[in-house]
Amino acid sequence: MIHFENVGLRYGMGPEILRDMTFDIPKRSFQFLTGPSGAGKTTLLRLMLMSLHPTRGLIHMFGRDLSQIPRTELPMLRRRVGIVFQDFRLLDHLTTYENVALPLRVRGKDEGAYRNDVIELLKWVGLGERINVLPPVLSGGEKQRAAIARALIDRPEILLADEPTGNVDPPMARRLLNLFLELNRLGTAVVIATHDLGLMDQVNARRMILTEGRLDIYE
Amino acid sequence: MNELSRLRARKVGKPSATEQQPRRTEMHVRPTAPILPASNIQGNALMVVIAIMAFLACLTLGAVSMVRATAASWQSQISREITIQIKPEEGLDMDATLQKARELALTFVGTRSGTIMDDDATARLLEPWLGTGLDLSELPVPRLVIITIDEQNPPDFAAMRDLLASEVPQAFLDDHRTWVDRLVSMAHTTVLIGIGVLVLVFTAMILTVIFATRGALSGNRHIVEVLHFVGAERSFVATEFQKHFLKISLKGSAAGSALAALLFATANLWQSRSLATPESDQATALFGTFTIGFGGYLGIFATMIVIALLTTLTARFTVMRTIDEIDFIRSDPARSEGAPPS
Ligand SMILES: Nc1ncnc2c1ncn2[C@@H]1O[C@H](COP(=O)(O)OP(=O)(O)OP(=O)(O)O)[C@@H](O)[C@H]1O
Ligand SMILES: [Mg+2]
Repeated sequence: MIHFENVGLRYGMGPEILRDMTFDIPKRSFQFLTGPSGAGKTTLLRLMLMSLHPTRGLIHMFGRDLSQIPRTELPMLRRRVGIVFQDFRLLDHLTTYENVALPLRVRGKDEGAYRNDVIELLKWVGLGERINVLPPVLSGGEKQRAAIARALIDRPEILLADEPTGNVDPPMARRLLNLFLELNRLGTAVVIATHDLGLMDQVNARRMILTEGRLDIYE
Repeated sequence: MNELSRLRARKVGKPSATEQQPRRTEMHVRPTAPILPASNIQGNALMVVIAIMAFLACLTLGAVSMVRATAASWQSQISREITIQIKPEEGLDMDATLQKARELALTFVGTRSGTIMDDDATARLLEPWLGTGLDLSELPVPRLVIITIDEQNPPDFAAMRDLLASEVPQAFLDDHRTWVDRLVSMAHTTVLIGIGVLVLVFTAMILTVIFATRGALSGNRHIVEVLHFVGAERSFVATEFQKHFLKISLKGSAAGSALAALLFATANLWQSRSLATPESDQATALFGTFTIGFGGYLGIFATMIVIALLTTLTARFTVMRTIDEIDFIRSDPARSEGAPPS
């Protein structure tokens, strides 16, 4: 589904943060992406989201060579990817409900058609009571779950999650992990960037480890 | 695992009515808020600017149309009389020449009658300057023939002038057009200036909106980013901004043009109330009547719509271009040094 070949990336004139990345994210796969802080996990996820161009190398998304795709078509591909940001990126003037519904709104869907889906998903991530609340009054963990719900609402083919358990207690972390596993079982490929070893130990999954710009993969 | 099975049901799209029944309480959500926050100080300032611009545009438009109407009425007014002046010359038989000029003029279609100003009348005309009891035959005073004409069907003044010039070289035809022409051309200049002002006002407005849009874009950059990440197309973002600016500009231009319309209505009212007072007569002489009529109010309304459309289109165009720039900078790691890491 995602294929990287000799991808390298540097910001500005700085050092190469990612070097010779060659890997595949198969359909329906589940993997952790880990590495020390500043290793480039977020950068790698942004490459997979097609919001950053590699300095060199080839990226294929959904079987298509990204360098051959006109920029106007990228949003359509991006809609098949769900992303949870490290810093959530919820819009403060929209309620939890409206934030989660945003991807559907962007796709031009009618509110009546998705209202129940959104509410159901919010209940499912434990935000049933926080539907009409603005993000500034949500706790870190609640924001996290709202961000996850937003990434899931349109049933993406691949979910990229950047530190999705960074702000929740271990039971909640386990619950979110179970959610991701269940999603994966239903056919969504999942990439979880984390440095939470405890979390990774709970699942026997593929690990992609970034160190000093290089990637090692442990199946 | 109850939750997961519910999720699975959602995933495969199976109606999960059986599991849902006890939970079917309708949740209340507020009416969906616009993606761009409705009001902020910048938006209010822009609204005021647009209101002022709309006000100025309407005033200019009103003034221009008033001057144009006045000029048009001047232009169409043909004087009811024209005069033929005969200059005295050595050895000229004045009475015969006057008679001849009168007859020549009356041969034209559109002339009604001709009167030769006799000695008494001419003397009366000159009294203020020369005093009473003068003998005209001793003075080289020009004499006049007054021709009344049919306003609906005026004669061909140019042809008359040519004929007189060839037949009676001492005659001079005055159709009182010169000063009217001068006034009319002055009015035309005023109209041109007004159109220039209008163009300037519109240009200033477009530029203001471009700056405001760019400002709004950078002020709402985080929203643009989130929209990008959830897969929004450029046109979707542009439409959101366009809605935002349409609201602002409709409010602004409505306020401005309403104010202008009110001003015209008040002026009109004042003029009709104080009809025939010296102040009002002076104003009328200077500006024509303040009536801008139904057409004028329609023009004001049209101005309002044009301003709103212009603002909206400018916003859309600017957003499209700016989003392209943002997109380009964001996706290029070589240029994203200053951007917050995400
Ligand atoms: N927009 C940017 N411009 C310049 N440098 C950047 C930018 N974004 C990230 N970097 C740099 O790239 C490196 C990798 O950053 P990145 O955010 O990908 O790390 P990370 O693995 O996600 O770290 P963490 O675990 O702390 O989230 C860092 O050294 C960072 O300073
Ligand atoms: Mg990171």
